[in-house]
Amino acid sequence: MSTPARGTLPRASGPRLADPILQGVLAAIAASVLLLIGFFFVKLILESEPAFEHTGVVDFVFSNNWVPSRGQYGALPLVFGTLLTSALALVIGVPVAVASALYITELAPRRVRGPLTLLVELLAAVPSVVYGLWGIFFLAPKLLGAEKWFSSTFHFIPFVGGSPAIPNYFVASLILAIMIIPIVSAISREVMSTVPRDHKEAALALGATRWEMIRIAVLPYSRAGISGAAMLGLGRAIGETIAVTIVIGNAAVIGDTVFSQGYTLAAVIANEFGEAASDPVHRASLIAAGLLLFILTLVVNLVARYSVTRAESAGARKVPVGMAG
Amino acid sequence: MTAVLTPISSRRRATDRAARGVTLALTLLALVPLFLILYFLLKEGLGAFSMSFFTTDPTGRFLGNAGGIRSAIVGTVIIVGLATVIAVPLGIGVALYLVEYGKQSRFANAVRYFIDVMTGVPSVMFGLFIYIVLVVAQIDGTFAAWKGAIALSLLMLPVVARSSEVVLNLIPNALRESALALGAPRWRMIFRVVLPTALPGLVTGSMLAIARAAGETAPLLFTVAFVNGLSANVGQRMNSLPIQIFNDVSQAQDRLVQRAWGAALTLVLMILFVSLIARLVQRRSRLQP
Repeated sequence: MSTPARGTLPRASGPRLADPILQGVLAAIAASVLLLIGFFFVKLILESEPAFEHTGVVDFVFSNNWVPSRGQYGALPLVFGTLLTSALALVIGVPVAVASALYITELAPRRVRGPLTLLVELLAAVPSVVYGLWGIFFLAPKLLGAEKWFSSTFHFIPFVGGSPAIPNYFVASLILAIMIIPIVSAISREVMSTVPRDHKEAALALGATRWEMIRIAVLPYSRAGISGAAMLGLGRAIGETIAVTIVIGNAAVIGDTVFSQGYTLAAVIANEFGEAASDPVHRASLIAAGLLLFILTLVVNLVARYSVTRAESAGARKVPVGMAG
Repeated sequence: MTAVLTPISSRRRATDRAARGVTLALTLLALVPLFLILYFLLKEGLGAFSMSFFTTDPTGRFLGNAGGIRSAIVGTVIIVGLATVIAVPLGIGVALYLVEYGKQSRFANAVRYFIDVMTGVPSVMFGLFIYIVLVVAQIDGTFAAWKGAIALSLLMLPVVARSSEVVLNLIPNALRESALALGAPRWRMIFRVVLPTALPGLVTGSMLAIARAAGETAPLLFTVAFVNGLSANVGQRMNSLPIQIFNDVSQAQDRLVQRAWGAALTLVLMILFVSLIARLVQRRSRLQP
């Protein structure tokens, strides 16, 4: 190597083109994500076209007759099942998840925080199909007695009464509730940890008890984030497939009670795609069900992302710089 | 002058105690299903374990010996392995672009947004997508293991990209600037400074993506389908643990359900093993969030 002229440094060895090439390749990979999602969406719309032609968009979504053997594809029972199970899952799962997040971040002794977090996260490590296996062979039969008692005692409540089936909406909702606890809890914990320490200490210094501190400092501050977490959980519950397919009974009707067998959009896709292979309209209808599911989760997730990011960036801004602790 | 701090009234004290009790009770309630599932997995699953359980394939016979889960274990390892080979380089590539080149440009933010969108897409949709594009279109036959691997990789990609972006952002800029100041071109700075520093974090993110993909049933159902025998040909149908469990559950015969519990325990142990490694690697990383 020749000695450089005085005052200049030697140019780095290696091909000059390497830099633009690397940048180009990485940009292409990033762009392929955009193209992929675009292609995904377009393909879903194109392939579900025959279904909408056969049934009509409005009838597809709002008519209550899913009988593939007679060529009737009204997805209302599936939409109903999806909305009912995920709404019930939220009602059951979110309070538990938020309470666990509160306990872990604010109340638990420091020593047990790590282990408790780990245990709640373990719930997320159990595969969907294993939840289904456990749900149908343990949970559903065990719950039957309680469901019978509940529906005969509270038969005056709408959607309660009759004789419960073993696989039913309620069992599916309960399994979904268990499955969304880890994600809702994790995001709630994250949001609660952005609550400024001086807000909490101010509440305590004014003589608030721990619970009053939570109510006046922690909860108001993290409310947007917690609702975002619940929405993310809702997105998960809407799209969950295999566990629900196993425990919901797969009956394409709007059940009379929460203890009736039902169906969801995701479950119908998993169950019927095999028989639909030979019937283009049936296949297109399943893809249309998928499109519906996709749009549903997309809307829910975008709302969720929006409120979580807003909550977290608000948290980041309000933490005073240079405060002790 | 005396201090006039009124003592906390007994009603407020009781509310506090009750509220704490309720949060503790709900936290424990969340863990009840976990312990029940683990208990049943161990009780029923260990009962199914035997030497032949791991060394024989499912027979598919309606009566008599149901066979083991060898082909399912091998299939899961192959399919998830292939999905990892596809998703990890792409995911890290996307993250590198976002952190090192794209930064806050409009294009980079659009990519971030779509990665978020991808995270929320239900796994069954990726299966359906690959089913439409590769299976129905009869590209290289119908059902095949590689198609399932692509479906899983779509699921893993956003997880890898997101976690890698977080890790790459943790690398102090001073490190990058010192490499550049020493005259290193950008590509060399990325390969010699950024990637090695981020390595443990990147491995952790990838392992967590693997753990998530390994348990997925829906994407495989439409793309790989099911076969009893052992196969290492990724151009053909292949067995896998989630599909094996799903099939055995649907048949509701005692001996098959028994095998499903055994397969479930095997799958959960594999997932826990991968997650454990992920945690150990994370602990060794010098970049802590």
